[in-house]
Amino acid sequence: MSGAEVGLALSVFLACTVEAVEALTIVLAVGSTRSWSSSLYGVGVATVVLAALVVALGPALTALPIGVLRLIVGGLLLVFGLQWLRKAILRAAGLRALHDEAAEYEQQRHAAEAIATDEKRVDAYSFLLSFKGVLLEGLEVVFIVLTFGANQHHVGIAAAAAGVAIGLVVLIGAAAKAPLTRVPENTLKFAVGVMLTSFGMFWGTEGTGAHWPGSDAALLVLVPAVALFALATVYALRRLLAAGAQRKREGETSEQVATERA
Amino acid sequence: MSAVSWLRNAGVGIWDFVVGDDWRTAIGVVVAFGVAAAVAAAGIAAWWVMPIAVPLLLLASLWRVARDARDAQRRKKQGRAD
Repeated sequence: MSGAEVGLALSVFLACTVEAVEALTIVLAVGSTRSWSSSLYGVGVATVVLAALVVALGPALTALPIGVLRLIVGGLLLVFGLQWLRKAILRAAGLRALHDEAAEYEQQRHAAEAIATDEKRVDAYSFLLSFKGVLLEGLEVVFIVLTFGANQHHVGIAAAAAGVAIGLVVLIGAAAKAPLTRVPENTLKFAVGVMLTSFGMFWGTEGTGAHWPGSDAALLVLVPAVALFALATVYALRRLLAAGAQRKREGETSEQVATERA
Repeated sequence: MSAVSWLRNAGVGIWDFVVGDDWRTAIGVVVAFGVAAAVAAAGIAAWWVMPIAVPLLLLASLWRVARDARDAQRRKKQGRAD
């Protein structure tokens, strides 16, 4: 396996692990509080819809000229990657709440319990919520697998990496029958943001007709450079927040002194 | 649900999925690729365009979030003072 193939497999594996954890949290919450069978029907139907999308979009993507494909895919990955990276930086800097799977699970569980259970054989609420959760998270998996895979002409490797990630998450989730709180989801999202941004920059630039010095080896510089820049941004934001909090404390203290003197 | 509202919901869903909550970054990416393509078409090395554009786009996006948070905090403070 070449370096680029390992990078492809790793990126897809990490991204799909995050998506699978999010989908599993919804299915577990709805299944354990309302109806396992209806939730699993929802998962099944969503899987069929996703498979149909892969069959429909896969050949169309691979039929595009490589330059056009790289530009479109690079642009989409970059927009996606910058979104993930921005949220991950804000979370790491403390400007946004960390994604908490246990809290998400409890929220979904309470919402499911609050709605009266359908007396029919298939509980529509469980079916729809599981269907929607798996379809939306699955769409991101399909998008990542197809774009990464088609770009490097290795859809098989990308699909295998996604399959391993989803299988692993489902196995652990089924064994634990609880949300996977030990998966460092915020750290994974940071890593995925770095990967998507780096690959998006790389492929998009190639798609414009420009060429990277060192060809594929440029990724070995690009990925650590993006990661370092993101980490430096987190550090700078934390320093700014700490300085702001310090100024606020000092302002409150001087206000209090002035009031006492008055 | 009527066909129009279904189409509108689908459009909003696709927009949210692809562009997310910061359309300016998406536009910035398109513009940066346009610049890179123009530079490459002129026969000049253009690989450096995105490594300059991407950090700027990310910082601008973070700045907008920080500014919105600060404005919201100010409005809250003003509301309390009133």
